[in-house]
Amino acid sequence: MAADRRTHRSHVSYIDKSRNYYGAQGYPQPYQWSYNHDVPFASLNKPLDECRVGLVTTSFFERTVDKNTVAGAGSKEPYAALCDDALGGLYNKDLFWDKDNTHTEDLDTYLPINRLRECADEGRIGSLAERFYGVPTDYSHRRTSRRDAPQILEFAREDELDAVILVPL
Amino acid sequence: MSLVARHLEEAGLPTVVMGSARDIVEECGVSRFVYTDFPLGNPVGKPGDVEMQSAITGIALDLLERAWEPRTTVQTPFVWDPATNDDWRDHFMKVDESNRDALAAAGDQRRMAQAGVKAEGRGRG
Repeated sequence: MAADRRTHRSHVSYIDKSRNYYGAQGYPQPYQWSYNHDVPFASLNKPLDECRVGLVTTSFFERTVDKNTVAGAGSKEPYAALCDDALGGLYNKDLFWDKDNTHTEDLDTYLPINRLRECADEGRIGSLAERFYGVPTDYSHRRTSRRDAPQILEFAREDELDAVILVPL
Repeated sequence: MSLVARHLEEAGLPTVVMGSARDIVEECGVSRFVYTDFPLGNPVGKPGDVEMQSAITGIALDLLERAWEPRTTVQTPFVWDPATNDDWRDHFMKVDESNRDALAAAGDQRRMAQAGVKAEGRGRG
């Protein structure tokens, strides 16, 4: 591709966009995104081709919402489910993604169960875990850190995972 | 989601995040991040493009193996649409004179609906 020149960074800043967008809707207090200076790091403790790998998504199974319920209402809890049960697709229309320019009809574009099973077949990874996990995109950092993250860790330990791939939409 | 990745790493479990909201993930700070510069919705590749999905998944696996320090971001080489690549960026959550009044009205409407739900005692979400 030809070289290009720009006056702004090329990738989208969703922090800037959402602040302006919700500000224009009359929400004066911008969302406080999580910021951390220090970042933890763990290494694989065995070769990848011996690892059991797990997946985490922000999508959920479709739920029946009564007609009086406002969009996005209703509590979501972290869950674990069989990968096989997700192959028909998951529900994510309530999440924050670009519905004008793309779609999520192809599961592997946001939860690569089939692609990772192929990797297991080819011997690139040991296996894909039988279960995947879902975590809500919560407004509250506290709920994500203190309720959801420990639950996902517990699922991962139950399934004896060696590595985890997390795919937020 | 990045907070979950951090929690797993703190417990000794290696992770990689695959995403398209670069600033949100990098501000939160994760060990390994595979960034694809696409509209939000398809962080593992375009719908129907198995080859691209395999390539991006493969990059995530490479990173699990090879990253040696935190905040390792790899940007995948894919472009959403070379002919009109900036259109989706400009369009998403656009705020300008064409929609400023409509957005303000939508905000008012949403707040009124939420106040109504709260008054009926079923607003807890």
